[in-house]
Amino acid sequence: MVTFTLNGEQVALQIDPETPLLWALREQLKSTGTKFGCGKGLCGACTVHINGSAMRSCITPVSSINGMAVTTIEGLSESNSNPLQQAWIAENVPQCGYCQSGQIMSAAALLMKNPNPDDEEINRAMSGNLCRCGTYPRIRRAIHRAAKNAASLESAQNVRADSHGKMTP
Amino acid sequence: MSLNRRDFLKVGAASGGGLLLSVALSGCESAPEDDKSWAGDDFIPAAWIRISSDNAITFYIDRSEMGQGVSTSLPMLLAEELDVVLETVNVEFAPAHPRFDSPRLFMMMTGGSTSIAESFLPMRRAGATARLLLINAAAQRWGLDSSACTTNKGRVMHPDGQQSFHYGELASLASTLSVDENKVKLKLPSEYHYIGKPIPRLDNEIKVNGRAGFGIDQDLPGLLVGVVIRSPWFGGFVSSYDAENAKVMGGVQGVVPISSGIAVVADSYWQAREATKSVIIEWDKASFSGANEGDLRAEMQALAGEKGSKLLDIGDFEGSFSSADKTLAASYRVPYLAHATMEPMNCTARVQKDHCDIWVPTQAQSSAQALAAGICGFKLEQVAVHTTFLGGGFGRRAKQDFVVEAVETSKALGKPVKIIWSREDDMQHDYYRPPAVSVLKAGLDSNGFPQAWFHKMVNTSVVADSLEGGLLAGMFPGWVPYSLKDLGGDLGAKLVRNTNEPISTEGGVDIPYSIPHQRVERVKFNFPVPLGFWRSVGHSHTAFMIESFIDELAHLAEQDPFQYRLRLLKNKPRHSAVLERAAALAGWGAQVPAGRARGVAQHSSFGSYVAQVAEVSVDKSGGLRVHKVACAIDCGQVVNPDIVVAQMESAIIFGLTAALKGEITIENGGVKQSNFHDYPLLRIDEVPEIEVSIIDSTEMPSGAGEPGTPPIAPAVANAFFALSGKRVRELPLSSEVLGS
Ligand code: FES
Ligand code: FES
Repeated sequence: MVTFTLNGEQVALQIDPETPLLWALREQLKSTGTKFGCGKGLCGACTVHINGSAMRSCITPVSSINGMAVTTIEGLSESNSNPLQQAWIAENVPQCGYCQSGQIMSAAALLMKNPNPDDEEINRAMSGNLCRCGTYPRIRRAIHRAAKNAASLESAQNVRADSHGKMTP
Repeated sequence: MSLNRRDFLKVGAASGGGLLLSVALSGCESAPEDDKSWAGDDFIPAAWIRISSDNAITFYIDRSEMGQGVSTSLPMLLAEELDVVLETVNVEFAPAHPRFDSPRLFMMMTGGSTSIAESFLPMRRAGATARLLLINAAAQRWGLDSSACTTNKGRVMHPDGQQSFHYGELASLASTLSVDENKVKLKLPSEYHYIGKPIPRLDNEIKVNGRAGFGIDQDLPGLLVGVVIRSPWFGGFVSSYDAENAKVMGGVQGVVPISSGIAVVADSYWQAREATKSVIIEWDKASFSGANEGDLRAEMQALAGEKGSKLLDIGDFEGSFSSADKTLAASYRVPYLAHATMEPMNCTARVQKDHCDIWVPTQAQSSAQALAAGICGFKLEQVAVHTTFLGGGFGRRAKQDFVVEAVETSKALGKPVKIIWSREDDMQHDYYRPPAVSVLKAGLDSNGFPQAWFHKMVNTSVVADSLEGGLLAGMFPGWVPYSLKDLGGDLGAKLVRNTNEPISTEGGVDIPYSIPHQRVERVKFNFPVPLGFWRSVGHSHTAFMIESFIDELAHLAEQDPFQYRLRLLKNKPRHSAVLERAAALAGWGAQVPAGRARGVAQHSSFGSYVAQVAEVSVDKSGGLRVHKVACAIDCGQVVNPDIVVAQMESAIIFGLTAALKGEITIENGGVKQSNFHDYPLLRIDEVPEIEVSIIDSTEMPSGAGEPGTPPIAPAVANAFFALSGKRVRELPLSSEVLGS
């Protein structure tokens, strides 16, 4: 039995402990916003937050997250109210959209630690997330935009992780 | 002429213009009777539009959304003329049906950068016709002449300015009326409300919160998940296998032989993947199993020395070449490439006694339907194709191998099955962009301009390979038996292999530069490596070769490469305009920052014209850095300029990934690369600043998804020459190649 919180809700799974978190999320928990791209930690499509840090769920066995807090794209905000989602929409970032859950989760982890990253810091935080459609220029713009909007809305818009690891705007 | 509903559809479908493939089949079936479930009581003036009496308006989009924006741009066309608010419309992916066949591709398919070009007039006519029918219905209700009525955002307005009907209220009456085609008027450009505007993508919202449904996300009651073990070398098949240990593993529901290998099916992906390790398979030693990259390259090099079949012969090449002031000869080469869509291949199939459902991210619904029908022994109508969002396409999903796997597996087990490929499966069982070699020669006159041009292309037929893969299956009417379709595909493939189908040499034969004496030849090779359409197809290699060689000629003539091209494009206003625009955007001729240089290339494809200027430097480790790309495109009338800009950014990054890193090699008859560590993609920190300028145009729309890819490789290689004085004639431009 593996237990953890998913977007603030307690879950308990009867599952092969070696199963990667990615497949537990997608198949057992029917939470398909987190994507499978490579299965080897090479593309970032499966990025989720574990206790507030961006992690590749495809190479994270469920047994290793017992008792931890997992946040997925579904937990970022239900209504697209997160400044990153807003910025993504404003910049028309998505093309096929397949990589974008992972991109946004990596960007969210970045802004939690560094609310106003420069281009170099964006490069460092985001270079593990591949996008075959080449939306990178817009991802960069959207992160800058989200940082600016979050800052301009002062404390109410500070991106942080609450006690359940759920992203709140 | 008066049009009823079905006639209208035919008129619409016939007005798309010329043919892309010159493989024409006679005896096309007429549109089938509309089934009741499709129409009901709703108003369906054309296959793309449904208006229900509760005022729900649905647009059925018959092209696959793979990132290129059709789920926004096509609804814009319909909404423009129907006069409805885009945000109030439901957009759905259309089911596979002949009523949605592409007029240029003869089947329901998304490819060849055709979506906007083909839909621009028919979809607008559909919207305008529907609007007129609704006006007529309202006029009848009010006892007025229809010319007195007008529309406003989904309502027909009474001339009194007070009364109005919403479209839904008129739907059932409108569906009984017909309309005089001569009275259907399309808006003038000055009246456009949507066309030409950067309307935000309609799929943004669901693509930033994880809710967009991709094929891999499909779920069904009782759905099993399958993975397939395929031959380690191309052309191999299973001689024997032992799955006894696998069958007793946790969650495993079945192990079945299918045409591509052995399918291991379990309750979940992970269980299925784990169980594959316990299946022991003896593979037939196909003759190709010993083949290696070096052998293929040597064979292509040898073929480059042979005389090719003639594709073009104008003037007197030999005479002109031998009397030239200066001559140059060079040979170029490009490797195999994989598509590597972010979403690995997958398909969900549920085969029942007399019905089959497929949920699939596909670019080719007709082929998927026909192949499934063939496997199940069903009529086309018994197979429903539900198109999901595609996590990238780039031509890969024009092939339906994953559909065959899912349908065969579901049929064998009698249960719904989702087949999911791993990244390794995807990388090693792709349909690859084939390698190519070109031998080029030119003779310059005393002013340095080419008088004689020779181009021998050594390449292979992507089209023939696709026909064998069942692509054609979707092109036949439903009543043709599956076995015949198969035969048609194989016969077609043989015919195409033995002729010079234009796709593999596109961009290489009718170059825009004015050169009086030209000869173009082709030598073919055939290796048993599966081939496919890869974003820009033939143009992806011909542009590199031609635009690099033109650059060599400019330098040989000691002339500015931009001015040199411009001079050779004197009578080509659209080519010249993009070239000048890109040069202006890049500040061509102005000082370049220290340690950097610029290179230029232009290439036209899919009816559009693109020029790009790249600014590069070499970093300490000898790798090429591309800092800036300036891009100009003329794709005729633009429907959504921001989507065109996004497609240029996307196509440039796709082409740059190939130019700097892309290489698939053959080892022991299979593909050596397996995941992103050895088939790397460009990352955010490696992407240049990209600036795009669109030429204002009222010409008919042409392609936007692919034309941005071809020019980037030569622009970068030309910039590297300007920087280093070293001409690189092969891709990728890896540090080893640059340093050698
Ligand atoms: S799927 Fe996890 S990093 Fe690619
Ligand atoms: S949007 Fe398609 S892979 Fe990133």
